[in-house]
Amino acid sequence: MDSAETWNKDAVAAIVAALKDAPGALLRILRRVQDDLGWVPPPALPMIAHGLNLSRAEVHGVASFYHDFRHTPPARNVIRLCRAESCQALGAEALARHVRSRLGVGFGGTTADRSFALEAVYCLGNCACSPAGVINGHLLGRLTPEAFDDALESLVRR
Amino acid sequence: MSAGASAAIFVPRDSGALSLGADSVAAAIAAEAARRGVAVKLVRNGSRGLYWLEPMIEVEIAGERLAYGPVGSADVPSLFEAGFLSAAPGGHPLALGAAGKIPYLARQHRIVFARAGVTDPLSVDDYLAHGGFHGLKRALEMPGAAIVDEVVRANLRGRGGAAFPAGVKWKTTLDQPDQTKYVVCNADEGDSGTFADRMLMEGDPLLLIEGMTIAGLAVGAAQGFIYLRSEYPHALRVLTAAIAAAESRGYLGKNVRGTGRGFALDVVVGAGAYICGEETAMLESLEGKRGMVRYKPPVPAVAGLFGRPTVVNNVLTFASVPAIVEHGGDAYNQLGAGRSRGTIPLQLAGNVARPGLIEVPFGLSLRELIYDFGGGTRSGRPLRAVQVGGPLGAYFPAAMLDLKIDYEALAEAGGLLGHGGVVVFDDTVDLAAMARYAMEFCAIESCGKCTPCRIGSTRGVELLDRVLRDRAAAGADLDLLRELCDTLAAGSLCALGGLTPMPVMSALRHFPEDFGLPAPAARP
Repeated sequence: MDSAETWNKDAVAAIVAALKDAPGALLRILRRVQDDLGWVPPPALPMIAHGLNLSRAEVHGVASFYHDFRHTPPARNVIRLCRAESCQALGAEALARHVRSRLGVGFGGTTADRSFALEAVYCLGNCACSPAGVINGHLLGRLTPEAFDDALESLVRR
Repeated sequence: MSAGASAAIFVPRDSGALSLGADSVAAAIAAEAARRGVAVKLVRNGSRGLYWLEPMIEVEIAGERLAYGPVGSADVPSLFEAGFLSAAPGGHPLALGAAGKIPYLARQHRIVFARAGVTDPLSVDDYLAHGGFHGLKRALEMPGAAIVDEVVRANLRGRGGAAFPAGVKWKTTLDQPDQTKYVVCNADEGDSGTFADRMLMEGDPLLLIEGMTIAGLAVGAAQGFIYLRSEYPHALRVLTAAIAAAESRGYLGKNVRGTGRGFALDVVVGAGAYICGEETAMLESLEGKRGMVRYKPPVPAVAGLFGRPTVVNNVLTFASVPAIVEHGGDAYNQLGAGRSRGTIPLQLAGNVARPGLIEVPFGLSLRELIYDFGGGTRSGRPLRAVQVGGPLGAYFPAAMLDLKIDYEALAEAGGLLGHGGVVVFDDTVDLAAMARYAMEFCAIESCGKCTPCRIGSTRGVELLDRVLRDRAAAGADLDLLRELCDTLAAGSLCALGGLTPMPVMSALRHFPEDFGLPAPAARP
């Protein structure tokens, strides 16, 4: 994953070439770029537009519509906490306060050293194990502040 | 156990179980078995939906599945020590007895979830051994119109939330003269408090594949798409593998069961937009565009994906179809209450002692669901509110728990069943804060196409922020809030803006004291 403001042009070109004829190609291409690079670099958009014979505005419109597409390089560690009703019913707000102070960053924010990003998510489908969260892609359930700290310790990328 | 035979141990790979450490339990079992020189066969099943017991493992002995849970990796040596591979160690504190006899499961009527948690989700042989593909075999011998007729006679209504009769959609698509038609599964299970689609896709994906294939045969479509939300990476992994397994065994692909009829399936992953659970926004997204709601008509059954006639149904709707085709629509229609026929997989979550998946015929009361199945609140404090039907569903007070769970009964009470999620709150809940959350959620997820939803949700957050700052002086703001909700309900293009007033206004109606108004007179 690129952590600097550089991005892999060849990787994007290969993704466009592979998917440009698939039905609904633009979303699939953006999805793959996000998954492979960890973000959708804005300079990649004209390249994608050219490959699909779309205007840059159309591609920008789609890239900016969806919550998943990041437009800046990702932090080394991405923490997502569910803020929906079931998790709220079991203490998600107290957990969120703990996580914010532990990481020193609010929802939607990234620490200055780019080591942590905290994101709000609205339902992970783990409502029967609320409160739920995700650390670097690992789904966690029945989170307490202590359980969060333990999981962070074992899953953090340093 | 005879010499050389290895005991089968089931450790769920359902993402809920994984979120509680199921992988480390599986690793601990493998390590302990190796240490003791015992052969075991680890099967990674789905979840049976008894989530307070997850990770729940099972050992198959003499045809019976003995369950233990919730199991942590530290418990594994003691299970071996107690001899759990060869007999039922009655004294073990985690022993639950035969899985199927656990009352929570025994009292359900599982049709859609009959196999979830029982079989290996990726084994076609397991699926066949448990009654799989019988519906497809029958469908392959029927003309499309006859398949549609079974779905019509079953009175199957869309399980995604809108409860529109599936048979009507299918018949409309069947009647279109177009050569190219599509079947699209809405697996963008965005409603918070719901997880049945995820459980089904992870626990019995071949059932969804079978249901969609039958739909393709019924309406004359050769291509299907599953639009899956990106929050479900495990479901993606399982679905992708299950599609490959079905193809390799001739249950999917260019020549289904050697009949010369083809049906192909493709999974498309969304990108975190709740609105793409609305069927026309989902179709836009599948076409690679912004997930903006379309005006209707035309309905998707006439002009849907890429302008072609398209059957759009939710995961649970398609998953209900194989049993309907196998046993006939009339048999399915025998179950249920009022105009809600068949079974409904309910998802019980929030502050409840025994959260999980409960599939029963329509007509159960909220009280039976929350107390008989759920065991009351997890905190042990009094239950104060229940939200039924996801983020756009109503909040009901404890005094209304005798409400029956069927589409009409809930609508009459000012609510909806939606996708069948039920979230329980104890007496620490602040309903004015929950109302604010409903408006905030709408503001975050609005697609922006219509003004009432785009602007109204933000104004709603501002209004409720003022109410929360000074509840005693909220009177005028609450009048404005009621007007705003009228505008949203009447003027929005789709259910997001149209139904956001439901949680807001039900909170205000049933819990006025949280908004600075007098409490309703003595509740029964």
